[in-house]
Amino acid sequence: MFVVCATFLLLIAGGLVTSNDASLAVPDWPTSFGSFRMPRMVGGVLYEHGHRMIAASITVLVFALAVWTWISSRQRYLRILTALAVVGVIAQAVLGGLSVLSANWADPRWRLALASAHGVFGQIMFCLLASVALLTSASWRAEPASMLPAEDAGKLCLWTGLLVCMLLVQLALGAAFRHVWTKWGPAAAERIPANRIVNMFLVPHIVNAILATAVLVVATAMVMKRAGGNRNLRLSAISLHVLLLAQLLLGMGAFLTRVVFHMDVPQPQSALVFTTVAHQTVGALMLLTATVLAIQVRRALPHRATPAVKHAAGVQKAVTA
Amino acid sequence: MKHANGRVMFSRMLALMALMALALLVSCSKNKGTNEESNAAETKATPVDKSQVGTVEGTVNFTGTKPTPKKIDMSQDPVCAKKGENTVETVMGNAQGLQNVFVYVKDGFNGTADAPTTSVTIDQEGCRYHPHVLGVMAGQTIQIKNDDNTTHNIHPTPAADSGNREWNESQGPGAPPLEKSFGRPEVMLPVKCNQHPWMKMYINVAKNPYFAVTDADGKFNIKDLPPGDYTLAAVHESMGEQTQKVHLDPKGAQTVTFTFGGAGSSGGK
Repeated sequence: MFVVCATFLLLIAGGLVTSNDASLAVPDWPTSFGSFRMPRMVGGVLYEHGHRMIAASITVLVFALAVWTWISSRQRYLRILTALAVVGVIAQAVLGGLSVLSANWADPRWRLALASAHGVFGQIMFCLLASVALLTSASWRAEPASMLPAEDAGKLCLWTGLLVCMLLVQLALGAAFRHVWTKWGPAAAERIPANRIVNMFLVPHIVNAILATAVLVVATAMVMKRAGGNRNLRLSAISLHVLLLAQLLLGMGAFLTRVVFHMDVPQPQSALVFTTVAHQTVGALMLLTATVLAIQVRRALPHRATPAVKHAAGVQKAVTA
Repeated sequence: MKHANGRVMFSRMLALMALMALALLVSCSKNKGTNEESNAAETKATPVDKSQVGTVEGTVNFTGTKPTPKKIDMSQDPVCAKKGENTVETVMGNAQGLQNVFVYVKDGFNGTADAPTTSVTIDQEGCRYHPHVLGVMAGQTIQIKNDDNTTHNIHPTPAADSGNREWNESQGPGAPPLEKSFGRPEVMLPVKCNQHPWMKMYINVAKNPYFAVTDADGKFNIKDLPPGDYTLAAVHESMGEQTQKVHLDPKGAQTVTFTFGGAGSSGGK
């Protein structure tokens, strides 16, 4: 859980780097200004080097988590997940480093692609680490409070899985819009007109937001109706609605500050930095909650139940009847 | 067992091929810019008859009310906050003159000219660029100095299809000047400092030596232009480009006026 909280801080730090257009304030990688010593933490260097320092600490934590898991747990899926986390954290560091170095490559599209991929993969890593935290939690080790009715299990799996996919698409579109606007938009190189960037990335982002909202409402309504007695599922479903409300408001705020009021000219202003970073962060929390919900739903499938739970469920059914 | 070994070998070969393809792709994309720059530098010059050359001079005006320069916040870096001015670099000039407009011969000059052997200078001082708009010929050396007691990074972002290379380098206090050049013509090539996000300037890379940047009164002067019919263009960082046809007689002089803002502006870029 500590690693997940630290990763959450890293996501915010990464958001601050992009919103302050500071990703290239330190032009080299893995060194900063040619050395591993602490540079003068002013201007964009504060955000970029600060992000690198938090990332380095999390890399160490993820390694430690993996070693500890492999020593203390014999669960195969936990070992695989932590091994994936180690590979992922290295891949994420390399993606971040390449997005810095690609500023010196001939084709600038590499930088946009790598920076966007770095933003998306960071949130995937966040979800992966949260899954490890969930699977090692005390509530996970205990038997599920209730099982899902067999006839609804398939639908619930489908809708919660679809929600995760929709949120991933939403994340990718948002990251692409943000990076293209920051690097090639009106406040930066002006290489692509604002309306074209909006049409290419923001309009699909908004359309997908409407679709994702619909999927979220269907998935959570189904969870509440079919498995409202399961406290964990209920909590995740309610959290998603609260986050959705906040996210829609923040999305509107980010749109106003960046696209309508151009608060990134002549330099990123506090309102723009706050709304865009908060929008990205709440988006990450939504993806995480949807992932947790999807895992919890799969946990509560009838065929996954242990004999003890099946027996308890049978007794409950008999009592109700 | 044989099948398993074969599969392992096949996956290894696939991985190796993917790595090689990636390396090839990266190296190809890296080489593209340097080749194009060297090609431009190798172009041979056609001599201009110096006895026949003339001058095109003029003014770029702005109609309407000039916007007040926007305030910037340099508190992120105490060195800048102490030394720099708290308004943006985009200055409009005195009275009705429009400053920092790049005026150049866009069409009509069919000869070629060598890039000047003298370099032009960009100075980072007070956490601002001096000048804010620079004209340079393709292949000409640009010397970049840092006179601030803080580190800057210099980050030009050319258009993807311009043939010029994007690069990003840092320059600490007291570091020796950087020497750079751009091989392909490109107007209003943005340069920024990611450490100090208010620092923005534009480099204009011309294909011939006939260009000028307007001064505080909006005036420009293009000297030593051979006689002929030309398309003269004036481009501003936010108000776009305007063009005019100009005829220049041998040893002649022409005066040209451009007007931006209000009805005279061609709109944003």
